[in-house]
Amino acid sequence: MVQVKLWGNLRDATDGQDVVEVEASNFKQLLDRLSEKYPGLKPQIERGVSLALDGRIYREAWFTEIQPDSEVVLMPYMKGG
Amino acid sequence: MNKMSREKQDFKVIGTRVKRPDGIDKVTGRAQYGADLVVPGMLTGAVLRSPHAHAKINAIDTSEAMALPGVKAIVTNADFAALDDEFLLDVADNCLAREKALYHGHAVAAVAAKDAQTAKAALKLIKVDYTPLPHVTDVDDAMKSDAPVVQAGRKQENVKGDYSDNVTMYCEFGHGDVDAGFAKADHVIERSFKTAATHQGYIEPHACLASMTSDGKADLWCCTQGQYFVRTLCAGILGMEASQLRVTASEIGGGFGGKTTCFIEPVALALSRKAGRPVKLVMTRDEVFRATGPTVSSSSDVKIGMTKDGRITAAYAALRYQGGAFPCETVAMGAQSAFAAYDLDAVKTEGWNALTNRPKEAAYRAPGAPMAVYAVESVVDELTQHFDLDPLDVRLKNAADAGTLSSYGPTFEAIGLVATLEAAQKHPHYSAPLGENQGRGVSCGFWFNFGGNTCVSLNINDDGTVGITEGNPDIGGSRASISMMAAEELGIPYEQVRTIVADTSSLGYNDVTDGSRVTFAVGLATIEAARDAIKKMCNRVAKIWEIDPDAVIWENGQAKPSGPNAGDFEPMSLAEIAALSSETGGPIAGHYEVNADGAGVSFGVHLADVEVDPETGATKVLRYTAFQDAGKAVHPDYVEGQMQGGSAQGIGWALNEEYIYDDDGMLLNAGFLDYRVPVASDLPSIEPVILEIPNPGHPYGVRGVGETSIVPPLAALSNAVSRSAGVRMHELPMSPPKILKAIASKG
Repeated sequence: MVQVKLWGNLRDATDGQDVVEVEASNFKQLLDRLSEKYPGLKPQIERGVSLALDGRIYREAWFTEIQPDSEVVLMPYMKGG
Repeated sequence: MNKMSREKQDFKVIGTRVKRPDGIDKVTGRAQYGADLVVPGMLTGAVLRSPHAHAKINAIDTSEAMALPGVKAIVTNADFAALDDEFLLDVADNCLAREKALYHGHAVAAVAAKDAQTAKAALKLIKVDYTPLPHVTDVDDAMKSDAPVVQAGRKQENVKGDYSDNVTMYCEFGHGDVDAGFAKADHVIERSFKTAATHQGYIEPHACLASMTSDGKADLWCCTQGQYFVRTLCAGILGMEASQLRVTASEIGGGFGGKTTCFIEPVALALSRKAGRPVKLVMTRDEVFRATGPTVSSSSDVKIGMTKDGRITAAYAALRYQGGAFPCETVAMGAQSAFAAYDLDAVKTEGWNALTNRPKEAAYRAPGAPMAVYAVESVVDELTQHFDLDPLDVRLKNAADAGTLSSYGPTFEAIGLVATLEAAQKHPHYSAPLGENQGRGVSCGFWFNFGGNTCVSLNINDDGTVGITEGNPDIGGSRASISMMAAEELGIPYEQVRTIVADTSSLGYNDVTDGSRVTFAVGLATIEAARDAIKKMCNRVAKIWEIDPDAVIWENGQAKPSGPNAGDFEPMSLAEIAALSSETGGPIAGHYEVNADGAGVSFGVHLADVEVDPETGATKVLRYTAFQDAGKAVHPDYVEGQMQGGSAQGIGWALNEEYIYDDDGMLLNAGFLDYRVPVASDLPSIEPVILEIPNPGHPYGVRGVGETSIVPPLAALSNAVSRSAGVRMHELPMSPPKILKAIASKG
């Protein structure tokens, strides 16, 4: 199981939890499982999210491997100028 | 992931200040910008814009205009494809209004005619039946439950509370118990701030030339930060297949984020399709101000608690941004950046976006961060004054570092904030004496940086020179930096490499030149493309020498036997291998495609000295020093230029620049005479201090540098002015009347 830290307002979609657990070994599985387990997260995931893995931010990269002890943080999709 | 593979002392080309490849073209006027291209049979386009801040469009009658001799086509939103995608629909509706004109200057219709005079005359003959509607331009007013609604039905599921339908999104970040943290503080300060919308201020207006043939194939030349994204937007809006639209980026006279979207390109294509002729469309400066993206304006509240020895116990920020008449999520970037420089046990940031009757926001260098950091750094500075503490000591005491749980969620890996703060503390600027009416301001700044989709081809020419094809417009010296990285990796002189920016049909998809991504991501792809070519060259040499490919290594631009056991062969240079390419298997090229990650965040610290004239309220910037964790500086001139440019734009944002609207929602200052950007004579020499803390996510340790430098100046200036004037400033720009009013208020 991977622990995923969510940003604050997403708690509404996870019964108030800001850390949730899903079974996933890469980003694609993680996003799929989050959408299945917490349908309220789906609109945001479809709008776009970034993921931070052990402090490093990824904008897409479905097949990035996640270790069970990795720090995984869901973040808004990064935009720049 | 591409781990760093070279120590900095190995570099021969990286870190030098080679000649820029576009210098001669730009100083002699030979460079081709967006408006420079002319083709046979070309028509001139012009755009009709709304005279109202908010109005229902009942009907558009183009018959009289179309009857004017020389008019070849007129288009409205109805000439675009029917769209389901909400993002694409917003871009299309911003290019040409659909049911309502949403801001003063919103495009409503466009004409293509034989010349500019005819096109302008035709605009006057287009009859638009409007019903004016109530409007709103201020973010706080727009959020009120009884505000005029700009667009209904755009609220995300996460917005709660008694707000108008203009509030489209809400976000919240942080960790810890802020109430408990505030209870531990010796002093808590809570302040409210406002910042104005500012334009990116690029010198070159938007310009394009579109040519569509009767079989549906089209070419588009335009000034843009991303020709591939332009293709995506235009193909979608016009209902074309991407393969049928080739977009070529011109040289670009500045972008800073403002050229990461479309304003006129789909219109020019629609006109060309209708007229059957090429159409050039060039914005006036007035149009650039009225109808292209400035950054958001903001209203915010910040509350910070501190112990008397300078430790922050808790921090809270509420950020309210308006990004014009279409939804945007820029406030989420601000909310994540606000407290990123601090190691905090308790922090919470909330953000709201509201629609207003203003032009659609476009990205501007570190979008969302400068205004959030301005408010936070102002309160931190006021707390250091309250406790009579040194501003840099306080920031060092609270500085985020490797292992810090960031205010936006992840735990930081290696970052350079502490080194940057220490460099500022040791710099002579920080201890230089100040005179009467002078003040010194300090601010930290932060930006994420990112990588993104990138595709590079590297061709070994048969004379031993190298051509690189990449897909990102060069807005900050990337052609030089990319050539340098290729030269470094291949072991050949920089002068033997030329990098060109390809059109969309010549290379795979490349993300926009934004997010400080190009030197990082395209550089990374170039290094890997060079390694691909080296591998192929070593294989060719192995065949010539009749030895195993693994027994051939590449050193200093030559293939060599890997050791005595490999055999006794004279090394072969890249030029020698290239000359034999036909005999050894044909052309040699290296390629690399990646969605790059590992860009690494960046921190900056700025020091500003100002003098405020107590009689006029005018501020003179006396001295300015910018410190930045830039990773390995590939071409230090360009890195310094980015740091100086961001600082100059931030100084303008702090002191002068603002969109001014009248009571009818009309923009009053749509030109550089009334919208005052700083020019060279307004500024001191800005001293850049580069800290080269390698980014472990890049083969050479490169980090993005283009955006961080605009984040600290707002607070650095505000803190300097506040200390100079003896009164705390809470609103930008700090124009002389506002400063005089503040001085008068202190009695």
